[in-house]
Amino acid sequence: MQTEFLLQIKDLKASIDNKEILKGLNLEVKPGEIHAIMGPNGSGKSTLANVLTGREIATVTAGTITFDGKNLLDMSPEERACEGIFLSFQYPIEIPGVSMVNFMKTAINEQRKHRGLEPLSASDFLRLMREKKELVEIDSALTNRSVNEGFSGGEKKKNEIFQMAMLEPRLALLDETDSGLDIDALRIVANGVNKIRRPDTSVIVITHYQRLLDYIVPDFVHVLYDGRIVRSGGPELALTLEERGYDWIKKEADVTEETWTTDRK
Amino acid sequence: MDYRPEVIERLTELWEGREAGILKGSPEVFNRYRSGAFSEFLSLGIPDRKNEAYKYTNLEKSFSYKYEKYFSPKPDDFREAERFHCEVEDLDVWNMVLLNGFFPRGDEGLAMLPGGIWVGSMRAAAKQFPSLVEKHYNKYAQNEKDGLVPLNTALATDGLFLYAPKNTVNTKPIQIVNLLQSAQDIFSQDRNLVVVEDGAQMSLLVCDHAISPQHYLTNTVTEVYVGRNARFEIIRVQNQHNDSGKITHTFIHQERDSFASSNNVTLHGGLVRNATWHRLNGENAETHSYGLFLADKHQHIANFVKVDHAAPNCNSTQLFKGVLDDNATGAFNGRIMVHKDAQKTNAYQSNNNIILSDSARMDTKPQLEIYADDVKCSHGATVGQLDENALFYLRSRGIDEREAKLMLMFGFAHDVIKNIPIEALRDRIDNLVLQRLRGELSRCASCAIQCN
Repeated sequence: MQTEFLLQIKDLKASIDNKEILKGLNLEVKPGEIHAIMGPNGSGKSTLANVLTGREIATVTAGTITFDGKNLLDMSPEERACEGIFLSFQYPIEIPGVSMVNFMKTAINEQRKHRGLEPLSASDFLRLMREKKELVEIDSALTNRSVNEGFSGGEKKKNEIFQMAMLEPRLALLDETDSGLDIDALRIVANGVNKIRRPDTSVIVITHYQRLLDYIVPDFVHVLYDGRIVRSGGPELALTLEERGYDWIKKEADVTEETWTTDRK
Repeated sequence: MDYRPEVIERLTELWEGREAGILKGSPEVFNRYRSGAFSEFLSLGIPDRKNEAYKYTNLEKSFSYKYEKYFSPKPDDFREAERFHCEVEDLDVWNMVLLNGFFPRGDEGLAMLPGGIWVGSMRAAAKQFPSLVEKHYNKYAQNEKDGLVPLNTALATDGLFLYAPKNTVNTKPIQIVNLLQSAQDIFSQDRNLVVVEDGAQMSLLVCDHAISPQHYLTNTVTEVYVGRNARFEIIRVQNQHNDSGKITHTFIHQERDSFASSNNVTLHGGLVRNATWHRLNGENAETHSYGLFLADKHQHIANFVKVDHAAPNCNSTQLFKGVLDDNATGAFNGRIMVHKDAQKTNAYQSNNNIILSDSARMDTKPQLEIYADDVKCSHGATVGQLDENALFYLRSRGIDEREAKLMLMFGFAHDVIKNIPIEALRDRIDNLVLQRLRGELSRCASCAIQCN
């Protein structure tokens, strides 16, 4: 049976070093939807990305995450990737000595194995590399090097999108993919994402700024504050945030919190 | 209890019976230095941990063993070795086979390869090129503290001779396959001399290949002379079993405008200690010392390097890496020495190690000794685990944890291998390392160089 939601997060709580960061987060994403998660520093955006991809920095203490009907929290990071989750890292890692070609070939073939497919032949793989390189406008000089080694900030972000193009995920998490990019790089990266997307590809854009959302237009915008989504709306919410900042949200949320606590007493 | 007096007694017995065993058939030039060397050995002794250069390397297990045999093989022993062929696909080399460090057919073994480079036994070389051998023999193997070098000078009876006369270039690399094969436990001393004259070029691959399970201990001294504007490259692939000990001392002496590169890849071995000495004796010379080892079980792998900048405007690099698992131990002892007149020296040294288990241990000691005031020198050493961030990055793309760890270790190792100048060989060694990391390379029989 096909579930309606690709991703369903219910009452998620997670801590880092015994400090609770996510305090009951709910989010539902249908196939093909684009959600933006915005929020001030320290609100839990990166923790959410870590929890979704299975990084052990954060410990989930309560709640459930269902991906395509399966319990995501039971899966290792590599299983999640094979199921179709992709994270574009805020800070992509340099891995000297591991070539981009070998990295991508291994990743693709591991994912194919997971789906019961034969490994790609060398020529099919190279054809795929060539196609995707053109799609995201990444220089061959970069893909012939070691993973991210000596890449500029913008090249690293572009390389994340190239990997996304190669792996064709069902859910892409873009963690501050726009930070540190000049406007040209931002446009290339954003257009890359739009070109890669199939109608049923879902995207969660985690960002501080509205800028990226001019290119990747969200269906929903959520404001994450103090470990919870405190407000959701359409694309216009991002514009409001850009204009008014986060203070009014904070105030509103803190009031709600107080009221709630008082009520409980 | 100190095991050494008993071993020294045994070696002294050998020395006293030298008329029959050592002197007979040996080159006259070898015999000339023996007495002095043996007294030097007696005064220095077998290095123990009080010796700075052996602080982290315990020789006891290898040296206290009672070996049955100490000298070069008899002619009959070579029959097997002569049948041995090593054909490396895609790798076009001149192939030579040695047995326990010795060239077959001792006295007669000397041949000229196309291009004019001579390869053969020291015994034959001493006959054919007496003044050349005299000019270079025992001139570079100088050190004040290591008793094992004079031990070799006192007891060695033969070894490998390689000679590139002025302006000769080897048209393809020379591959030396050194078979370790003996019906008896053997402690052998081979003494090698490489002369690359002005403007000549030589590229050498040496593979140690143990094919019988006996205990081995080899104490090898190799002297290399690299003349003006000459070029010398040596790559060693060491793949021996856990009951073998391998001690190498390589002295590379360089004249002006010369280039030398040494790369030791240690895949397996009970005890391996490679000492490489680079002396930059003339201006504008360049030297590189690389090393990679992968150790597990109770293996001990040590690298000792000394780069001696004795002339101005020279460049040197040292890059050594190790991966240690189980109860393996490793040591790195590297020194850059810049003499007073060696201005405008560029010297770089780096030692990085990955420890995969709680009980593996790595000791590293990078040192600089600088007496000139206008130089650029740097050194650094690290001992750590695999990078968790990198591991997660690979896993987040769907690569399972085991494979991701392998990729990282391989990447770490490749940093050394990428400096191997011959492409086909680089790929081969990459492959060997990968097999070793996967645990598929447990002995020489599965060596990816695929000798047969």
